[in-house]
Amino acid sequence: MATANITPLLEMRDIGKSFPGVRALDGVTFDLFAGEFHALVGENGAGKSTLMKVLGGVYPYPHYEGEIHINSKVQRFANVRDAEKAGIAVIFQELSLVKDLSIGENIFLGREPRRFGVIQWSDLYSRAARLLDDLNLKIDPRTPVGNLGIGQQQLVEIAKALSHEARILVLDEPTAALTDTEVETLFGILNKLRARNVGMIYISHKLDEVFRMSDRITVLRDGRTVGTEPTSQLDVARVIARMVGREVGDIFPQADHAHGDVVFEVRNMTVEDPNIRGKLLVDHVSFNVRRGEVLGIAGLMGAGRSDLLMAIFGAHAGRSTGEIFVEGKRAHIARPSDAIRHGIGFVTEDRKRFGLILDQTILNNMTIAGLSRLSGRFFTDTDAEMAVGERSMKELRVKAPSILTVTGTLSGGNQQKVVLAKWLLTNPRVLFLDEPTRGIDVGAKQEIYAQTNRLAREGMALVLVSSELPEVLGLADRVLVLHEGRITGEFRRAEATPEKVMACATGHAKR
Amino acid sequence: MSEQIPANEPAINRPPVTADVAPPTTSAESGSGQIRIGGLRIQTATLRAYTLVFALALIWIVFHYKTGGTFLRSDNLSNLLLQTAVTGILAVGMLMIIVAGQIDLSVGSVLGLAGAVAAMVQGWGLIPALAAAIIVGLVIGALQGTLVAYANIPAFIVTLGGMLAWGQNGLTLGLMKGTSIRLTLPGFQAIGLSYVAPSIGMGMAILAILFIAWLKLSRNRARRQHNLPVAGMGTTVARIVLPSVLILAFIYVMNLQGGIPISVFIMLIVALVGAFLTQNTTFGRYLYAIGGNPDAARLSGINLRRRLLMTFCIMGALTGVAAIVQNGIQGSATMRAGNNLELNAIAACVIGGTSLMGGRGTVFGAILGALIMQSLDNGMSLLNFDVYIQSIVKGTVLVAAVGIDMLGRRRA
Repeated sequence: MATANITPLLEMRDIGKSFPGVRALDGVTFDLFAGEFHALVGENGAGKSTLMKVLGGVYPYPHYEGEIHINSKVQRFANVRDAEKAGIAVIFQELSLVKDLSIGENIFLGREPRRFGVIQWSDLYSRAARLLDDLNLKIDPRTPVGNLGIGQQQLVEIAKALSHEARILVLDEPTAALTDTEVETLFGILNKLRARNVGMIYISHKLDEVFRMSDRITVLRDGRTVGTEPTSQLDVARVIARMVGREVGDIFPQADHAHGDVVFEVRNMTVEDPNIRGKLLVDHVSFNVRRGEVLGIAGLMGAGRSDLLMAIFGAHAGRSTGEIFVEGKRAHIARPSDAIRHGIGFVTEDRKRFGLILDQTILNNMTIAGLSRLSGRFFTDTDAEMAVGERSMKELRVKAPSILTVTGTLSGGNQQKVVLAKWLLTNPRVLFLDEPTRGIDVGAKQEIYAQTNRLAREGMALVLVSSELPEVLGLADRVLVLHEGRITGEFRRAEATPEKVMACATGHAKR
Repeated sequence: MSEQIPANEPAINRPPVTADVAPPTTSAESGSGQIRIGGLRIQTATLRAYTLVFALALIWIVFHYKTGGTFLRSDNLSNLLLQTAVTGILAVGMLMIIVAGQIDLSVGSVLGLAGAVAAMVQGWGLIPALAAAIIVGLVIGALQGTLVAYANIPAFIVTLGGMLAWGQNGLTLGLMKGTSIRLTLPGFQAIGLSYVAPSIGMGMAILAILFIAWLKLSRNRARRQHNLPVAGMGTTVARIVLPSVLILAFIYVMNLQGGIPISVFIMLIVALVGAFLTQNTTFGRYLYAIGGNPDAARLSGINLRRRLLMTFCIMGALTGVAAIVQNGIQGSATMRAGNNLELNAIAACVIGGTSLMGGRGTVFGAILGALIMQSLDNGMSLLNFDVYIQSIVKGTVLVAAVGIDMLGRRRA
């Protein structure tokens, strides 16, 4: 454990970073000592990953504000390579290994030991073997990375970092996909690195791991540092309070919706990971929604919220089982068109990938899901489409020069309104909203909130998934909390507090 | 191209035609944007169409000048149109395939096979022979489409396999044993040799004009009903008169020399139907959506597999039609009838502004692209360019067309 009197290995001072419409980081200060295990925690979107991308050279100088010092010297990374040279290794959530190459090739990718331009394979593999040995990994470095499990791949990433002689190792949710045994192996290795004076920044939602391993904990919230304290002086409840501690309410037009009958019900929904056999992304989840009700689903990244909605909608790649009832009648949904026919709409997460055809017009995007109803069974009627489209555009206040503007040129908020319009034009009884306000500015957020309330008032049943706790608490009449694919809590609006929800979401609910 | 069309072309003494051979399908492509030029707001797709027409006109004028007035002579122009018919028909199917984000490399081979089968069953009569060609194409399209859509094998691989299996070294060779089969049915030969009677041509032109007028007027009525801005009287009249004049000029000039060649007429019909299918049906809209963003299309309830299968079936059937036309023009079914035609069809689409990434392109553009390719071929042949030079020039034009398009897109 580092002591206070030596200069830190790393200092990040007043780091700021803006994206169009979003202030992702604002005056963040962070430091790290040699041999220290420093945990970085915060809600989704608090700015943890952005901060690490600044550190790792992904957002190069001068595209951020503030200064990075390593051993008291200012560093200005132009790219990832520069950061690596300065001894920083970032292991992101999505591993960056080439699956078809061997372990050795991956470790030395782009830096293969060469003589006269010829790769020295025996040298490469013997060095790789030494690195693996160092991590107690008993694998032939000639094994293709694709043959390894996620846990071992993670260790290969660490071996790669060690081959750079990294002094600062950043781990972003390293245990998210690991089994318990793999986690133990990883922690053993991290302790070994700590003894060798490597400084580690550890991002995790799993607070038990954070408390077990870390020397200090820094909490980020809304792009600001809330505080940094030695782990010994903190407890889970206080960390959770810091993660969520802000006023909820003002921007949410409180509206208590009068609820009708159950319109939509799911029983025992279970979804298997398409890539890992036997791993359940969603584990026997049941819930229902009433007419005019907003059901919030809270949970941390990877809790299975989107998987749940995708599976219900017939769009999940993994195997899923469970029963779905719409207005009390069993609905068999094999593909999205079935779901739409049963009156389910789905404003998906990641609008650019799943929601929009970016180089098509607003009109075409708005009408594509309800085309046969809006336009004609076989022949399209552009004028009829135009008419509904224009009305919809006005209703949702999409700001664009014309309805024939290409959606790719719109701001995030307006794009999101187009996606919302698309689903409203299918005339749904139940509407899923998955992260409807991600990456859009505050003004557009409020408009989406207002629309949500309006739809509920008009009798639609809504299911809202959001990583932003205040959003869920501000909009939902009832909140379900998912943790590792299971429901760990259910609250009515009056009982739901950020602390209680976060405790369930991190698996720390007091029972 | 010119070397694949044998010398026994029946086309001589036909009147000159101008750019009006292109079907009147200038409706905006799905997924188009707008750009401003001065105070004018123009659909980028429309702008691209104008650019293509301009490029074609330029090519024609240069060749006309260089050949000392031969290029735009009536007999040459009818040759040119006739030579474009097969590629044009294929390009319409290929356009739909590419818009959906797929590719079909087997088209040339399937054309050879369908043509061979049609010629072999001539004894059954005209209708069965023609049906046989279309059925061969349709069945192969269905088979390949199934492999692509339901077995998830990439279209490039499936149709590359098809190209080998059906073609002149595959099934076609097995059937034809290296020979060629002369057409003996007069009706079959007529497809390459005959014309639509002038009076019928004029009658159709008048019907087409009436149809256009009705379309524009009822569109105005519909827009008024929907409370959308309605085009003014002058604009409406212009939108009726302009295409009418072009149609009449085309028919008049054709009729001076006997009428529209049947194969060109078939291409026009295919292009019109193709344009309607892509621009005015839900099927067409789904194609653009699938090519533009397959994930979003799937989540919007589009059944990707079924649509892709349909697209490959259409491509197959059109290949059958093209095989009939090719047989008719050549007067026989030959082993090499389809040689390289898949590449010509793809090139036509690409020159016409179709994106190989999917989601972008128009039938109008594809037909113009085919015409541009064929004009280069024809003009350079007239100028006695060596075949290898012709090939280099066409390759360069293909790459340059896409390069210019990319430049324009970056600026827009």
